[in-house]
Parts: sequence; structure tokens; C-alpha cells
Amino acid sequence: MTAAATKSTAHSIVEASPRTKAFAGGLVILYAVITILPLLWIVATAFKSQSDAIAYPPKVIFEPTLEGYVNLFTVRTRQTPDFIAKLPPPQTWYDQLVRKRDMVIAGPSKVVPRFVNSLIIGFGSTFLAVFLGTLAAYAFSRFRIPLADDLLFFILSTRMMPPVAVAIPIYLMYRQLNLTDTRLGMILLYTAVNVSLAVWLLKGFIDEIPREYEEAALVDGYTRLQALRKVVLPQAVTGIAATAIFCLIFSWNEYAFAVLLTSGEAQTMPPFIPFIIGEGGQDWPAVAAATTLFVVPIVMFTVLLRKHLLRGITFGAVRK
Amino acid sequence: MTTILQPDHATIPGVSKPGTSRTARRGHGLSDRTIAWLFVAPTIALLLAINIFPLIWMIRLSFTNLNLSMSYLPLRFVGLDNFRDILTDEDVWFRLQTTAQFVISSVALQVVVGFGLALLINRQFRGHSFWTTIILLPMMLSPAVVGNFWTLLLQPQIGPFNYLISLFTGVPPSSFSMTGQVSLAPWTIVLVDTWMWAPYVMLICLAGLRSIPDYIYEAAEVDRASAWRQFWSITLPMTVPFLMLAVLFRAIENFKMFDMVNLLTSGGPGSTTELVSISLKRAAFEKWRTGYSSALAIILFVTVFGAANIYVKTLNKVKQR
Repeated sequence: MTAAATKSTAHSIVEASPRTKAFAGGLVILYAVITILPLLWIVATAFKSQSDAIAYPPKVIFEPTLEGYVNLFTVRTRQTPDFIAKLPPPQTWYDQLVRKRDMVIAGPSKVVPRFVNSLIIGFGSTFLAVFLGTLAAYAFSRFRIPLADDLLFFILSTRMMPPVAVAIPIYLMYRQLNLTDTRLGMILLYTAVNVSLAVWLLKGFIDEIPREYEEAALVDGYTRLQALRKVVLPQAVTGIAATAIFCLIFSWNEYAFAVLLTSGEAQTMPPFIPFIIGEGGQDWPAVAAATTLFVVPIVMFTVLLRKHLLRGITFGAVRK
Repeated sequence: MTTILQPDHATIPGVSKPGTSRTARRGHGLSDRTIAWLFVAPTIALLLAINIFPLIWMIRLSFTNLNLSMSYLPLRFVGLDNFRDILTDEDVWFRLQTTAQFVISSVALQVVVGFGLALLINRQFRGHSFWTTIILLPMMLSPAVVGNFWTLLLQPQIGPFNYLISLFTGVPPSSFSMTGQVSLAPWTIVLVDTWMWAPYVMLICLAGLRSIPDYIYEAAEVDRASAWRQFWSITLPMTVPFLMLAVLFRAIENFKMFDMVNLLTSGGPGSTTELVSISLKRAAFEKWRTGYSSALAIILFVTVFGAANIYVKTLNKVKQR
């Protein structure tokens, strides 16, 4: 490109000038830093002591402690210094940490069962939704189904209902079926919500696989099901994985159904985290510790999904 | 190349025509027709059981006086009384107004911030991919967890937000409360929602910007169109379908908004941020007025559904232009 040509495109959108690029980059980085600060604050709060977490003015520099994490995983009782002095010396570092606050560990907290619930309900509903979604998406993609567009729209429309509105009849129905506060009930509900996303996303992915591959397999004597298993599914693996992660993230993050339909047994993390209470209100370091542990997998998945993110959030309407 | 796709079978090449090439080897295995139904049926059955059956039940309940906290009362059909009560209740209209204000202001702010960011990121400066991923993080988080930790950030004294504001403006940090003040709380939920969802609009707009072929700008260059002119005659019109899609998704989601706001302000102070979903939750799960709240739920569903339908039609028209 000649010097004159470079000059003529200097203010063009096609290729921005170095100065424009630096300016745009600066602004975006500023926004990114502002956007990430709240998250960093929470990660930092998890390493603060109770008093540092609620200090005024807010503390940016503090002595890090694992108290928040210990408090998250344990239930403690306050004891008199005399009582603690009489106890045998602390066995572990966390015993020691707790005793400094005149407390004794009374047992494990409920965080592990809640985390396990989140995992079981998340993976269970994801597996079911992706399984059902793959079958339906394949059928919608490859066969002529009467009223296909209407069915697809019906599948999507179930997701437009406000969750609180859906929860009212579900609550009554689950009471009749003894599914209230059960993992099975939550898995079924989340599967129903996720399957609409799964069908729409997977149909897009399967549409992109050339039909010629299957047709060649059919000519070679494969049955439809064999062709699906040996030709289509291996090609769709990335799409299925991306869809699964989107479903998992939805179930992992879901709050409205969880708070309205579970109270103990099947409670997941989102309704649990805000109610991690210490002496005198929310135990912020413990809440922040739970939030950090809860968010880390999501951050990893976001990085993994980066390429398919656009597709996932628009139900496959926008593709790259 | 980026495209907006519609559920339109005509666009899919070679939709299978029964009775053509594969009839010959239908000797073994299931017929395509059977497979098609076997594959679609479980999904439809699940949705019928979990979505449609309850919906029909809810429609029935909306004509009754059912109250779960007074279930000793005989179940009575009250006709359209619940609907009349709701539509003549000033409080309900007030909640709808609060919700509309929230939806309009947060979506508008997200469009401005998101579109602006997309324009900047589209300059392809070095490291733009990394910073974009950072910006995208908030929208992937659980809205409930976000609402919860923002209450800490926004605490008048111990929270860093007020402290930062006071550093820049000199206003004492304990003199205002973002979540506790009638004048500020409606803006607080808009602010947190924008923090979370502006990246969503950004991502969709970015796809729109990248779908504009370079040669259009090159032609504009030849015609010596100014950068300003290029923006208004090329960039903006060609991104509009994408923007509208983002607005549609955000508007529906925000109309349904429950989790983030419930944890951030739980509708308060007073009822300044009591969105219609929060109001519905109170009627259904605190006052246990099941009949009444079923009717309200149906009104909400019809509203979202109707609005979305009209919007999709408009969107298709814009795309065809």
C-alpha cells in the first residue's frame, strides 16, 4: 500500500489508525478494569477477617487470613476463655484459627451438601436436556416434521414465562407428586427449561453438518441410527459440548425456582449463599468465600466457551 | 460471515423428502418417519408435563379463590373476579409502571454502553480479545449471587462504592445509601443490571459490526464520505437488526427480572423497586393467594408473549429491508 493510500484510510473504519486504536484500547481497558473491580473486591473480602471486611473506611490493604473459608465450612460455638484454656491443644490449623476468636468448631456446615446438590442437579439436568435436545434437534434438522416451525416456536416460548409464574402451578403439582424439595423434581424442572435452549442450539450445529456424509453412510448400508451415532454425533461433538456447558451454567446459576421450590434437602448454592450468617448478620468473609468458589468454574467455562458464547446467549439466532 | 438465522426450513438445503432415495434401503432399521417422531416426542412430552399442563392448571386456578394459607375455605369458582381485582388495583399498575421504567432505562443504558464498547473493540487494538473476555464475565454469573455481593459493595459505610464516590465528589460516604434511599434505589438496580448485561449487548453488536463487509466502507472511502457519514449511513443501519435482537432478549429477561433485584433491594425501600415478579412472588408465596396470583401470572405471560410476537414481526421487517 502506498503512503497516499495509507493516509486516505487513516480515518476509515476498515483499518483504524494507530492513534484511534490506542484511544479505543485505553477506553476498553478502563471499562474492563471498572467491571472487574467488584469481583476482585469479593475475592479479596474472602481473605479478610470479619472486622477487616466491615471496616470503615473499607480496607484495601489487610492481613490475609483463611478465616472466611474456615467459617464457610464449619459451624462454630462461642465459649468462655476458661473453657477453651482447659481444652487439649488444637489439632489443626483451622482449630487454632477458630480458637483465637474464642470459638470451638462444632461440626461441618451445610455448604458441602449444598454444593453437592448443585453438582447433581446441574449435571443431571444437563445430561437429560442435552440427550433429549440432541434427538429432537436431529429430527428437526433432518426430517420433514409437520408444523416444525410452530413446534420450535412452542419449545422456545416455554422459556419466555417468568419463572415465578411457572413456579406457582409447579409448586402445587410437586406437592401432589411429593417432588417438592427433591433433587429429582429440580432436575426435571431444569431439564424442561434447558431443553428449549438445547434444541435450538443443537439444531443450528447439526444444520451445519453436510448431509452428504450421512447419505454416504446410508448408501454404505448403515441404518439411520448407526449413521447418527457414527457420522453425525462425532461431527457435532463441539456443538454438543458447548450446549452442555450453557445448560450447566443455567442450572448452576438458577435462583428463582430453587428458592421457591426447595428449602433444605435439595437446596442448591444460589439460595444458600446469601444466608451464610455469622454472629450479627451476614458473615461477609464466608459469603465472599462461597461466592468465589461458586464463581471460579463459571469463569473457566466462560473462557472455554468464548467462541460459542454469542450463539449460546442468542439461542443460536446469531452465529459466527 | 455472521448471519441472523430464523427457524425457516426453506433455508436449510435438502430437507429430506420421504419416498425418495432412501426408500430402497428401508428394509432394515426404523423408518425415518418413526425415528422423527421417536426423537421429538420425549422433548414435547416433557414440556407438556412441566410447562403446559401446569399452565392449564394455573388457568383453571385463576378463576378460583384458592388461598393456600386458608385451605380450609371451600374452593369456589369466582369467574373473572381475580382478573377484575388485578386490573382495577392501583398497586398492580404501579408495579407494572416500576417494571416498565426499569426495563426501559436499563435496556437503553445497556444499548448505549454495549454499542459504544462494541465500536471501540471493533478497532481491533492489541489484546482486544483478552479484555473482551474480562468484560463478558459479569453476564455469566448467577444474578442472585451478583445481587447479593453488590449489597456489600453498596453498603453506605463499609462498602467501597460510596467510598469511591466520596473520593471523587467529596460527598461523605455515609450520607447516601444506594439501596436504602427512595430516590436512588431504582437507579441502583439499573446500574447493577447494566454492569451485568451491557456486555451482552456488546457481544451481539460486535457480531453485527463484523458482518459489514469491508468493501462497503472502501466504496464510501472512494466517495469521500466522512467517518461521521459512514457511521450514520453504513454502520448504524447495518447493525440495527442485531441491536433489535439484543433489545428483544434483554427486554424479555428484564421484564421477568426477579433474582438479582430480590437479593439487592428485595423490592425496597418501601416498594420503590418492587418489580412485578417480586410482587407476584409475594402474592403467591408469602400471602399464598394462589387464585389471585395465577391470574396475575397469566396476565404477565400474555403481555410478554404478545409483546415478543409484535417485536419479532418488526424485526423481520427490518431485516428484509
